[in-house]
Amino acid sequence: MPELRIAVPRGALFGDTLDLLDRLGLDTAEVRVNDRKLLFEQAGIVTMRPSDVPTYVEAGAADLGVTGKDVLMEQSEREVYELVDLGYGRCRMVLATVAGEDRAAEAVRRLGVVRIATKYPKIAARHFLQTGRQAEIVEVKGSVELAPLTGLVEGIVDLTATGSTLRENGLVVREEIAECTARLIANPVAHKLKARALDAVLERLDAA
Amino acid sequence: MLPDEMRELRTMTDRLRGVFDRSGYGEVYTPALEYEGTFARAGMSSTQPAYRMFDEQGNVLVLRSDMTVPIARLVANRYAASGPPLRFCYLAHVYRGVRPQRGQSREFLQAGVELIGAGAPDGTAEVLTVLCAALDAAGLKTYRVGVGDASLYPALLDAHAVDRERRERILDELVSRDFVGLERRIQGLGLDAETTELLLRVPRTRGGPEVLEGLSGSLEEAVSGMREVHALLAPSAAERIIFDLGLVRSLGYYTGAVFQVYDPAHGVPIGSGGRYDELLGRFGLPLPAVGFALNVERLHIALAGEERGAGAGDA
Repeated sequence: MPELRIAVPRGALFGDTLDLLDRLGLDTAEVRVNDRKLLFEQAGIVTMRPSDVPTYVEAGAADLGVTGKDVLMEQSEREVYELVDLGYGRCRMVLATVAGEDRAAEAVRRLGVVRIATKYPKIAARHFLQTGRQAEIVEVKGSVELAPLTGLVEGIVDLTATGSTLRENGLVVREEIAECTARLIANPVAHKLKARALDAVLERLDAA
Repeated sequence: MLPDEMRELRTMTDRLRGVFDRSGYGEVYTPALEYEGTFARAGMSSTQPAYRMFDEQGNVLVLRSDMTVPIARLVANRYAASGPPLRFCYLAHVYRGVRPQRGQSREFLQAGVELIGAGAPDGTAEVLTVLCAALDAAGLKTYRVGVGDASLYPALLDAHAVDRERRERILDELVSRDFVGLERRIQGLGLDAETTELLLRVPRTRGGPEVLEGLSGSLEEAVSGMREVHALLAPSAAERIIFDLGLVRSLGYYTGAVFQVYDPAHGVPIGSGGRYDELLGRFGLPLPAVGFALNVERLHIALAGEERGAGAGDA
């Protein structure tokens, strides 16, 4: 069994992450063909939702993990090492509103407070706090784009890669909050006690 | 806390107390309530007391967030005339804020020692020896103690004329364990390639005594300090040490050596400590000091994990 266990995110980062692990010399063949299985003991891989990766890594249930910067920003209280910007999975955290007159800006100007729907309540709250505007953050679990179209909110804070989902729903980007890419993270105890194995991964990563 | 847990904790704390006592550390106790001013005076940057209340005269009281500050106050008040070194130990509850839904306790038990009036390297080595003896007595088998120096990286930045504001930002990235952010900030300093490489390499350097080789210049002082401490340790303690040049504790009062206790059976550190040579001075008794505190509940989890045969990664 490999010395390190790595938490791999299913979803948008899945393919690129497995390609990267291939280049690092891990055998990902079983992971690729097996949709349901979650724990691959022989390869040292566990698969999960991207937002669960910091949870497993912080607790030491996985030594390493790959997840998006968006997840790390939203869970900034997690005590994990952020080791490497892996460069892929590039997307932007943006503030978007319905095209035409900016209703979010209008709400701030006339009502003093703007309503914002998001799956990232902490990032959204921090952005409005830092820019000195009062916002009511509405957390939604499903399609955020629906919220401004129905009048639930004036704007959304969401992650966008190409912007096509926003465009299809008649939304335009008003502000860019952060650029997010995939990151390699590590458990603080594993970082010290498995330093050699971990540094070997980083070296192969540099070479890959 | 129910009888099963209580019984196991009692066994552990009896063993810890036994080691502290045999090593010449007298047990002290201070009230859980302190004046807010006591902690403010210590100038702590991180473990601020989380719980405040007023007494009948309108004074602000806090629930202590660690034992080091109350003991510094106690020593300055009651032992100012005694000849150092002074040795104290404690098993006491401290109170900290929690993150919601994380099963953290607001009140947790710390077991620790403070050695006051003994400088580096002898005092540091003595406290590390007591720390290892305490962990051995508790029955922990696979633990390691990370040893770094709180002044090492700040001094390195100073030596390369990094201004105060940028230095604080860089140290913030290090404290929050963000190497990606750290790399960006260091690249942004516009230093030559060799210095940039050094500033990036040092915080990642950790391992056995071999990692201290080949470091010189502004690092030499801190590194030779670590070597001296290591040389004073008995082999059984020396083999537990991991040198970690990137170890920075967020507590404001640490000045030199800093420690952190790890065990593969638990994903979070189970104790920590270090030198705080300037803290006593803030209470009017300028004496060097060093100590550690173990989180007894985490130690218990690590012991149970070792029993189950768990290592990090299969906990």
